[in-house]
Amino acid sequence: MSEHVSPSLYQQIGGAAAVDAAVDIFYRKVLSDDRVSHFFDDVDMDRQAAKQKAFLTMAFGGPHNYTGADMRRGHAHLVLRGLNDGHVDVIIELLGATLAELNVPQPLIAQVAAIAESTRGDVLNR
Amino acid sequence: MPSITFEGQDREVLPGETVLDCLLRSGVAVPHSCKAGACQSCLMKAEANVGLESAQAGLKDTLRAQGYFLACSLRPSADVAVSLPGGEVRTAARITRLDSLNETVLRVRLRVEEPFPYYPGQFLSLVRSDGLARSYSLASLPHESDLELHVRRIPGGAMSEWLHSDSPEGETVWLQGPAGNCFYVPGSPEEPLLLVGTGTGLAPLYGIARDALAQGHTGPIWMFHGALTPAGLYLTRELQEMSARHANLHYVRAALRDGGVDGVEDGELDACIRARLPKLAGFKAYVCGDPALVNSLRKKLFLAGIASKAIYADAFLPSSSPSPLPQSAACT
Ligand SMILES: Cc1cc2nc3c(=O)[nH]c(=O)nc-3n(C[C@H](O)[C@H](O)[C@H](O)COP(=O)(O)OP(=O)(O)OC[C@H]3O[C@@H](n4cnc5c(N)ncnc54)[C@H](O)[C@@H]3O)c2cc1C
Ligand code: HEM
Ligand code: FES
Repeated sequence: MSEHVSPSLYQQIGGAAAVDAAVDIFYRKVLSDDRVSHFFDDVDMDRQAAKQKAFLTMAFGGPHNYTGADMRRGHAHLVLRGLNDGHVDVIIELLGATLAELNVPQPLIAQVAAIAESTRGDVLNR
Repeated sequence: MPSITFEGQDREVLPGETVLDCLLRSGVAVPHSCKAGACQSCLMKAEANVGLESAQAGLKDTLRAQGYFLACSLRPSADVAVSLPGGEVRTAARITRLDSLNETVLRVRLRVEEPFPYYPGQFLSLVRSDGLARSYSLASLPHESDLELHVRRIPGGAMSEWLHSDSPEGETVWLQGPAGNCFYVPGSPEEPLLLVGTGTGLAPLYGIARDALAQGHTGPIWMFHGALTPAGLYLTRELQEMSARHANLHYVRAALRDGGVDGVEDGELDACIRARLPKLAGFKAYVCGDPALVNSLRKKLFLAGIASKAIYADAFLPSSSPSPLPQSAACT
């Protein structure tokens, strides 16, 4: 078999190593941004770091086991606290800024944003 | 509903219930304190691995492999047979000496007859003969003859009042552990270290700082100790002498109230840190003590540029509720 398999988005970005490089940058942006930081106030940092990794892996098109139902459950308590479209926009913006800082090319950033975008309905429990 | 088998008896688990809550509800005296997976007092052993991973965070690999887990963190989805840890993970120790470090902090010295390997700064679970268990951090160095703990008196506190008021010198207790990641790792002697603690959060830091110096650390070691008032600080003279002997050790004390005299800084610890260390990128940090302060500080240190992997923290989580004294002897 000589079928040519083009590298996945996840591989093109750099896989697990890229997630590791991105996690501190992204999390610092989230915690410093007054528009969204309050959602993360009472999440302890150990657990949060693991969840940020899960989030980034998912957004980078990497391997994960989350279903739409998981995303609904995982954010339902945040929706009750007022999570809305504007917050999802901010997270996608910070994700893009993180990748730009890591010199990821713009077309790949657009693909990542599209993956995050595709979860919007579930995250907002619509 | 799954059931838990303990000492040959089956107990049905209520929906969402942890192994710890189920056993406590049915009258089994399982040692416990934080009910939050932090203190490791509730260590138990499962006869078979039934998805224990989620309840094994922070346990040593050797314990994981043998089926040990934290009873407060396991919500069983299948039947499981469990037992309390025996001699293989518990070490007997004698309380050799108790002396006051200030009005509210007692130094507790313990002697073990068997080897008890640990890194200074890790914590252990101190288990009284009736099963009451609380975690304390190690301020001593392994070559010293006694283990050293610093215990703050909590009014009405089951373990701390016992140690402070009943003077149990000579009594035998059990030690479980050690556990935790707050310790010095040799290999980067030039790395700048930041040690921040409030109250008895000094205990692990005192161990870590002395360990680092003993292992030839040459990079700067910044130790910040905070308390509500200057009276809450302790080991001041020892630390001043240490920093006089070691040019790379910088020792700063701060109090939220009544500071500003005798070299005690006035105000919040993180303001003191920022004033002295405007650039924190590249530091390794250890943060110990009051849980609210530990959590807010580690976030601030992270935002100030310290990598999340380079921040080691022990939040001294209190017991989840005033615990009634267990009725039956839990360690045999
Ligand atoms: C990893 C870890 C390391 C620890 N290291 C140390 C250490 O080195 N030195 C040390 O002194 N303690 C340390 N602790 C805390 C210690 O384990 C006990 O929680 C503490 O000594 C109180 O126990 P107690 O039995 O005296 O009080 P309890 O009987 O448990 O408490 C009595 C009441 O006081 C409340 N209470 C307990 N602590 C506080 C508090 N700090 N502030 C306000 N209310 C409180 C309880 O919720 C309860 O209602 C550590 C805890 C953890 C999880
Ligand atoms: C844009 C699409 C989003 C995706 C794909 C996503 C994905 C995830 C994932 C995978 C987790 C981990 C779940 C778990 O393991 O339990 C998570 C948790 C979390 N997310 Fe999102 N998320 C999105 C948007 C948001 C937004 C907009 C916010 C708030 C501004 C947010 C706040 C949180 C918080 C606070 C947690 C942790 C919840 C907790 O542990 O209490 N997320 N998210
Ligand atoms: S770890 Fe289970 S009670 Fe503290």
